[in-house]
This record gives sequence, C-alpha cells and structure tokens, in this order.
Amino acid sequence: MEKACDSVSPTQEFPSEQEIRAAVDAALAAIGQASSSAELKQVRIDHVGDNAPLSIANRGIRDLPKEQKAAAGKLIGGSKGQVQKALAERQQQIAAEELEQALRSETVDVTTWQDRLPRGARHPLSTLGDRISDFFVGMGWEIAEGPELEAEWFNFDALNFDEDHPARQMQDTFYVAPEGSGQVLRTHTSPVQARTLLERGVPLYIACPGRVFRTDELDATHAPVFTQVEGLAIDKGLTMAHLEGTLNEFSRAVFGGEPITRLRPSYFPFTEPSAEIDFRCFSCDARAGIDHDADPACRVCGGTGWIEMGGCGMVNPAVLRACGVDPEEYQGFAFGLGIERILMLRSAVPDMHDIVEGDIRFSQHFGTEI
Amino acid sequence: MPRIPLTWLADHVELEPGATAESVAARLVSVGLEEEEIIPAQVTGPLVVGRVLDLVKEEQKNGKTINWVRVDVGDEHNEEKDNPKDPQPGEEVPSRGIICGAHNFVPGDLVVVSLPGTVLPGPFPIAARKTYGHMSDGMICSTAELGLGDGIGDETKGIIVLGKGSAEGIDAKPGDDAIALFGLGEEVVDINVTPDRGYCFSMRGVAREYGHATGGAFTDPALSGAAGEDSRPTDAAATSGPDGEPVPVQLKDDSPIRGQIGCTAYVAQKVTGIDPSAPSPRWLQQRLILAGMRPISLSVDVANYVMLDLGQPLHTFDADKLTGGITVRRARTGETLITLDDQERTLFEEDLVIADDSGVIALAGVMGGASTEAGESTTSVLLEGASFSPISVARTARRHRLPSEASKRFERGVDPALPQIAVQKAAEMLVEFGGGTIEPQRTHVRTEEQPALAPIDLPLGFAERLMGVQYSREDVVGRLEQIGCTVVTASTPAAGGEEVLTVQPPSWRPDLTIREALVEEIARLVGYDQIPSVLPKAPGGRGLTRLQRGRRAVLTALAESGLTEVLTVPFTSEQVLDDLQVPADDERRSTVCLLNPLQDDQPLMRSSILATLLPAAQLNIARGEDAVALTEAGTVFFRGSGQVPVPSAETRPTDAELAAIDAALAPQTRRLAGVLAGAVAPEGVAGKARSWDWADAISAVKRAADAAGAQVEVVQGEIAPFHPGRTAEIRTAEGDLLGHAGELHPSVIKAFKLPAGASAFEIDLDALIESAPSVVDAGPVSTLPIAKEDFAFVVDQNVPASAVRAAMLVGLGDAAESVRLFDEYRGDQVAEGKKSLAFAVRLRPLESTLNTKQIAQLRQQAIDAVATAMGGELRA
Repeated sequence: MEKACDSVSPTQEFPSEQEIRAAVDAALAAIGQASSSAELKQVRIDHVGDNAPLSIANRGIRDLPKEQKAAAGKLIGGSKGQVQKALAERQQQIAAEELEQALRSETVDVTTWQDRLPRGARHPLSTLGDRISDFFVGMGWEIAEGPELEAEWFNFDALNFDEDHPARQMQDTFYVAPEGSGQVLRTHTSPVQARTLLERGVPLYIACPGRVFRTDELDATHAPVFTQVEGLAIDKGLTMAHLEGTLNEFSRAVFGGEPITRLRPSYFPFTEPSAEIDFRCFSCDARAGIDHDADPACRVCGGTGWIEMGGCGMVNPAVLRACGVDPEEYQGFAFGLGIERILMLRSAVPDMHDIVEGDIRFSQHFGTEI
Repeated sequence: MPRIPLTWLADHVELEPGATAESVAARLVSVGLEEEEIIPAQVTGPLVVGRVLDLVKEEQKNGKTINWVRVDVGDEHNEEKDNPKDPQPGEEVPSRGIICGAHNFVPGDLVVVSLPGTVLPGPFPIAARKTYGHMSDGMICSTAELGLGDGIGDETKGIIVLGKGSAEGIDAKPGDDAIALFGLGEEVVDINVTPDRGYCFSMRGVAREYGHATGGAFTDPALSGAAGEDSRPTDAAATSGPDGEPVPVQLKDDSPIRGQIGCTAYVAQKVTGIDPSAPSPRWLQQRLILAGMRPISLSVDVANYVMLDLGQPLHTFDADKLTGGITVRRARTGETLITLDDQERTLFEEDLVIADDSGVIALAGVMGGASTEAGESTTSVLLEGASFSPISVARTARRHRLPSEASKRFERGVDPALPQIAVQKAAEMLVEFGGGTIEPQRTHVRTEEQPALAPIDLPLGFAERLMGVQYSREDVVGRLEQIGCTVVTASTPAAGGEEVLTVQPPSWRPDLTIREALVEEIARLVGYDQIPSVLPKAPGGRGLTRLQRGRRAVLTALAESGLTEVLTVPFTSEQVLDDLQVPADDERRSTVCLLNPLQDDQPLMRSSILATLLPAAQLNIARGEDAVALTEAGTVFFRGSGQVPVPSAETRPTDAELAAIDAALAPQTRRLAGVLAGAVAPEGVAGKARSWDWADAISAVKRAADAAGAQVEVVQGEIAPFHPGRTAEIRTAEGDLLGHAGELHPSVIKAFKLPAGASAFEIDLDALIESAPSVVDAGPVSTLPIAKEDFAFVVDQNVPASAVRAAMLVGLGDAAESVRLFDEYRGDQVAEGKKSLAFAVRLRPLESTLNTKQIAQLRQQAIDAVATAMGGELRA
C-alpha cells in the first residue's frame, strides 16, 4: 500500500472532471461487456483496483488545496459508487446466469422415474366399511362390535329365533363342534345389537359392521364369509317412518342422488313388522323416479329399476324383553345391508371371487380411497 | 316354492283382466310374496292336431323302420301340393309330409304335430329338415316331448294318439290348437314364502293374498264343498269297533315336546273299490307337473293335488296292507321304518309315528312307510288327514334329514280346520276318477285340548304409533277383517280413553300372536308405500373408539408403506398348521372345528392369520407376481372351555348367566399379519433391486405401532413358522408379548412356494393399540444446541445391540436425545467371538448448553454403563 501510494507522483496533475467521467464510462462499458465471473473479476481489478485511475485520483485528493477537496471528494466518491453499484448488479446477473446454466447441465429425464416402494392398498371392503361407519358416526350413532364366533343364545335365542322354527334352519349356519357346543359362526351381525343393548341399555343408536358366515358355496355372487352392516335405533317414539328416513339418508350418502327407497313386506324373527329394502337404481334412467323406466340392459338393477339391499323392520318386543328393555316404553327399528353387494354395485365388481381370493390386483384398483 | 299356475289360481280368485304371470307376480310382491322366477309357457308356436292320412313303412340300413306319413294339419297349415321330387304316400291332397319313428298309430288317427316354428320344452325348436331321404315338415309328438311325462300304455313307447292313453276323452279336428287342448301354454309364477306364512303353501292361501292385493273376489275352496259326514268326533282315548266299522284310531302322546301334543286331530277315511288301472285325469297330471310335482298314480296324485290346493298334507295308506287299528304315538327305542324312499331309518324316541298292529308304518307328517304304500294294485286306501305338531314334525324332518312337502307345511303350521275338508275332497276325487266307494263311516278323533289362537288386544292407535302412518279406524278394523280376523269392539273405551280392539286371528294364521304382527297386516294391505320418511335425531355420539381409530390408522400406514390389505376366508386345516411347523403343544393347535364345514379338508377356524395369509401370498405368486407385500387384520379363534349355556330368552338373563356365556365362548382375538416376499422394487434406472427381508417385517410392525401411537420393543425370539435365528419378539414397552416378526423358516417358504428370504409378522392388533397411552403428553422441545458423539463398543457376539443401546441410555440419562446403531462389525479387527457395535449419539440438554467437560463426563458414564452391563469395551 505504502508502495502504491509512493508510486503516485505528488506532482502529477489531478485529473479533470472530464477525465474522471471518461474513466467511469470506461469502467461501465467494461462491466457491461464482462460475460463471466472471471471476466468481471478482471474488470474489478482494472477499474476499481489499486492502480485504476479512479483509485489513483482518490488518493490524489489529499494533495489538493483544502478548498478543492470537498468537490473532488464528492466527484470521486460518486464515481466510484456508480462503478461499484454496476459491478454488484452485473455480478448478481452473471451469478444467476451461471446458476441457470449449471442447473440446465444437471437435467435428468424425469420419465425414467420409478416407484421406490410398491403401491400399497386397503381392501375396498374395509375402506367402504369405514366410509359407511363414518356416515353413521356423522348422525351421532356409534359403531359397535362383537365376536364372530358367537353363542347360539346371542345369534338366535335373543333374536326371537325359536329353536324349532324353520327360520332358524333357513340361516344356513356353520355349527361349532362338538354337537351341542352352543356356538356358531354368527350368521348376521344382529347378535352385536343384542350384546350392545344388554351392555349399554337405551336409548341406543348403533351400527354394527362385521364379517358373517353362511354355508353358501363360493360363486360369482355368494361367499361363505361376507360383510354386513346392521343398524339399530331404540328410543321412545321411533316408528317405521324413522327407518325409512334413515335408509333414504344412507342411500344418498352411499350412492348419491335423490334416494327412493321401497319397502316390501317380509318376515324376520327379530322384527315385526318386517320389510325387504329396495333402493331405486342409481345407475340407469330409473334413478330419475319411479315414473321413469329402467334400462332393460342395466347391469346394476337388471332392468327392474330396483336394487335389493337387505332386510329391516321394527324390533320385535321379544328381542327387547330378552335384552332387558321394556317394550311398553321403548321401540325402535333395525336393518341389515350387505357391504359386498354395495361394493359390487358401486364399483362394478364382476365376481365375488375377486373380493375374497386375496389377489392383490383387486385391492390395488382402489388404493386407500373408495 | 310354491309354483302357482295361473289357471289354478283363477279357480279360487278372480284375476285382473289380461293378467299375466308378470302382473300376478307384481301383485303378490306387494303383499309380501316374493317372486322367485316366472316360468314361461312350456310350448310356443304352431302345435296342432293332425289326422294321419297315409303312411309307408321304410326300412333303413341301420335296421330301423321309419314311417313316411301324410298328415292333414288343417286348411290353415296344409301345403297345397306335394313336392314332385319327394311325394308323400297315398293320394295327393293338401297336407304335410312328416317322418315318424313311432309305430303306435295307424291312418285315421288324430295325433299332435309340432310344425316348423314350434318350440318344445328343452327348449327344443322344431324346423323342417331333411331326414331318412325325405323333407320332414314337422314332428309328431310324444307325451315326453310335450313335457307331459312318460304317458300311459302304448304311448310310453310311441306318440300321443287322441282318444287314447293320456289323451283319452279328447276329441278334436285337424288344425286345432293343441297347446290349448293340452294346457301347455300356461305361465307359472314361482314365489318365495316366508316361514311365517305357512298358509301360502297352497293355492288357497296365495289366492287369498292375490285377492288382498287386487280386491278380486276370493272363493275359499275349503268352504266350497261339503265337508262330509263325520262319525261323531271322539276324544283321544276313544276307539271304534271291528271291521265294517270306522277304522279305530288312538292318539297316545306320552311325552309332548315343549308342551305341544304330537297329534291333536286325526281323520281316517277308507275308500274302497278303486280301479287300480285308472289314471289321473290329464288336467290333474298337468297341474301337478306345473306345480313342480311328478304324477305317480291316481291315489297319490289326488292326495298331492289336495295338498297343493288347500295346504293340508294327506297320506294314502293301502288299506289292505294295514293290520288292525291306527295308533299315533312316539317311537320306541330300537324301532325302525323303511320309508317311501326305500331308506331304512332307525327311529328316535322323540319321533311321532303312525303305527298299526304290525308296528310303525309312517313318520307322522314327514313320510309314509314302504310296507303300507299305495301301489299299482291298490284298490282300497285309507286317507289320513291330521293336525301334527309343528315342533314335532320339524324335529323329525331335521333329525332324519328328510324335508318333504308334508313336513315343510306342518312345520310352518297347517290350518286345523282342514283335515276333514281335505280328506273329503280327496275321497270324492277317488270316487270320481277311480270309481271308488267312500265307506260310510269316517273316523275323526281329537284331543280334548285343541290348539287355539289367543285373541289379541290392539289399541286403536297402536298401528299409527308403530308405523308413523295415520290409519283410519276403517283401515285398522277393515284390513284385519279382510285377512279373516274377527274384530270385537269394546263397548266402552278403556280407562286411558283409547279404544282397544279384541282381535281373533283366523285358524290359518298361527303366526298372529302379538299386536305388532296385526300392525304388519294392516300396514302391508294399506301399503308400505304410505310410510313417510323422517330422519331420527340421535343424541350426540362419542365417535369411533380408540380401537376403531387405531385399526384404521394402522392399516392405512401399512398401505402407505407399500403393503396391500387382503381379506382371506378364515377356514384352514391341520395340514396348513403342519406346513407352518406349528408344534403339537402350541396354543395354535387348540383350534375350533366346525361340525359342517363347506369343504371337508378345511374344517378348522384359523388360529393364526398367517395360516390363511400365506396361501394368499402363494396364490399371488402362482398368478405371476414376482413379489408380494400383503397384510390382513382379522380374527383368530381358539377352542373354548366347554358348552356355552343357552338361557331362556323370555326375559333378560341374569348378569351371571351372561357372564357364563362369555366365559365358555371360544376365545377370539384380532390380529394383524403381513407377508413380505421378493423385491421391494425391481431393479431399474432408480437403483438396484432390494428384497424384502426380516428387517422390513420388523419395520412394518414398527410402522403399525407408530400409527397406533404405541411403543414396542424388539428382542430375539424363536417360534414357528419363522427362521430360528431371524425371529424377533415384539413386546410392549411394559414387556408384554404382542407377537413376532422375521424371516420365514426355509421349509415354510418351500411349502408355500414363496421367494427365498420371504418374511412375515403377526401381532395382537387390539393389544398393540391398547398398549398406547390414551392421552399423549407433549413434553418440552429443547432449543439448545446439539452435541454429537460416536461410540464403538466391542462386546461378545451374543450380546444384542439393543442391550448395549439400553445400557448407553442408562449411562447418558436425560441428555440423550437419540442413540442410533450405525455399524456392526465382526472379523479380523476384533477378537474371536466378539463384535464391534458403533453408535451415533445426539446429546441435547434441557437446562443449559453442554460444555466440553460435561460432554466428556457423559461419554464416560456411557462407557462405564456398557462395561458394567455386558463387559463391553470402547474400541480403540
């Protein structure tokens, strides 16, 4: 530094304002022409380095007469500032360009992308079961569960199935060995209703999803193991109109559209009166109302306009008595629907085998949503 | 069942104009009789009567002789001229030429011809076709070809000839429609009858319901004939005199079942002098066939016909084969009976039987015996019409696995008013069609106590309160009267001000026992479509339970980790447990066995999810998958401690009774299992293939635990079906065993044909979720800087890394934020039998930044702890 200072001749004439402006212009031109970080570094040395004209002039200020110092200082300071600012701006510009270029050179073919993990999936029956549960929870109902291998008392006796009544034989029951064990694979989720009534009492609003068993050979539409969801509401003053209302709401939630539910007289030991539930087809023209004809080729309703969904009715007072509820004070309704059937209709599942065989390709159609 | 031919239905109820099978089915559905199927007309198209004009017999190379026949089928159907290249036999007149292989006819006979375009049962469409050198322009039909059975006499080996055999008495002219002539155009509605509506197992009952649906006039066939003259009804003990007198009948039930006497009424009527060769009239056979039964002989057909018509099962004994009087009693030990299906059956003491002096001759209400069967030579029969106990018949039919038309009706309840009416009707038909004589004395015995339907009190507004529909008084009273009830109105309203009706159900409705059942009758006749839609308001619910939320979170987490959920059928076998190498004394051998499995080789309920999940993995590999990652959450079953009691359901069982049920019930738990086999992702641009292995199985359990909010510990273990050196026990933070994870045993991998290194896990899912804290305490989050320290310890090879880590955590205390194993080394650099374990430790104090001295102090504490716990030394 000392040396550099020394090298400047004290006798050298201080540059004119014109010369300063020329030096600034030269610097700005050089900055503009620099196209890389390296070139800009040289420009910095040449125009604001120790031996650059502006630097030399800056050091010359101290030798000027006192009255000229302020004006010269202002001129040189402003000029240097102008050059430094241009340098900084250009530096930023070049850095951005260079980054851009570097990134370009790192380009990959994103279409070579591959999964690092196999695609996982929930089984659609369990996802649909969850969704149905959520519907009931949303109405303030609760979800109740019970054992799949059940006492005969809960599966039959508590539900008003007389041991000698043909209805009991029509259940196609799997019996647990030895003969007289008093145990069966539950044929419906209704025993959960009895258990919950006994455990929690009334009023009660519950849905019971779960696996049930019937001695049906596996074919395109039947399986020995399938999934039901049953609903039970016991309160003061509940009527079959409330049953109809609940089924309509369920149909709206699961199939969409404006629900049309048809009840047909039927028989179940645990309900009186009893009914079969039909939903108006959600797929073909029939959905527009009962005055609209179904598409004869409709895969969902088979051209009938109606989808058979399950059974329902007002809970038989014998069931309430067996569960410790006074039927003079409380009454209510129950219904049962098959979840496989809903899944097959909603998602066009062609064959029951797909649902029960455990082929992963079936679950993987659905992922974790339904 | 049952099948309803429309013309038969029309005998009892006025059908709507233009009624079709479809419209009848729709009407019946509306009152609760579900359509099973509609059976279309068996024959369609031009089936006509033809007169054989001429025929020539042509011998064929195969030794058969066929007839080339000229048939006049009426002006409408005859061809004007013969084909000159293929002239028909005899004089040319308008006619058709037909080839026929049968020989039981001659020129001049009237026959039944199916012209081209006819469709016979099969379906068997008829077309003109070249055969035996001629163009056969139709077919001359046999009874079998028309779906009329085997026929009678010559026609069993040939064709129908009008005026003979089953067409006896039929006269017609060429061109007449034979479909109408033989009643072949009839549509049949097959309906489902729910078990409460036994009376609808008859045309009488279905016609009544059709009338309810349409308002059409119903004529009760049980009231339309004379019931005949009974000998004075006698009580059970009474017997009648010797021959020529009424057949003596005794009702002796020493042990009624559940208080129900086995037989409460028995009508016995002898019909003698029946022509054994007399066939059932064709219309009767036709109706039986349409209703799904096979014509057998006049006496049997008549009994079946009356049963189908009225709903009262009848039995026909050959009167000449009976020895002495009839006794209805319970079977005795050791008694046997050969039933009509030629099966010898050992009887149970609970079976109700019909006996004569020779012993048991029939299973009451279920099936007759071979020794007294009415057959081809029978000339006198004893007709039996009785009221048997539904419970007794149901149990006998079930015990002998012998569901019959009779038992099906009795177990649902038969109108007790019917026996004498049905017997009389059958007897009259035997007289009419078989030339028999009704013996003047009929036996009719009844027990003193007759089953009676109790009247039901029905408050007038009850139906509205149950259905949510406003029913008028006319709706309530009118509909109940319409179904046959007697409704008595109390002269003064009851205390509450509400009128209470007293309703007496009709004799054919034993199902009407409670007022709710009466409401169903009112509601279905007014129409279920009148029910409004009202959404009930439940009190606020508590949402899903901890277990329900936990299960969802776990399954979703596993799906997001690449596993696919499947739901397998939980049936398995000892063979699968063998393949899993489950030892004999393992609790998984304490299985639940089914009495009636669908497949005999799968009689067990699974005691392990892997027992059904490994076969699912095998199926996927067999179908071409290179790798599988499966999971299933489901129930496993273990043998219970004994008989589960069955308390009365009349009232609520006591808490002790309920507890006894659950105590004896087979133990069941919900488990989570997974199988991981093959490549996680195949080799590709993104990197090399990596196979699922034992660590992935443990990792999946950890994912599940994390999702449930539970802490689990991993310790070395050993259990089937896993590799003995690569099995982890999964325990709760408290040390309770939850299950296992690891690589499968190579023999198991081989048995299920899985890729090498296949791994699996199975844990108690509900216990895992329940081990999680119900509320999570957050704890402070330190913002002080972290200090990172590495350690390498040399320990014996059998010391688990987790134990070293645990010792370090003890030494480091609260300052340890994490301790992670990052290297395991065995080899030349450490002594024989030793291994080196390297840990990365992150220290983060809560109070104040650690200084060098404090860090050194913590290091030493960790080293000391490892030295004390397992003699580990810091590696130089």
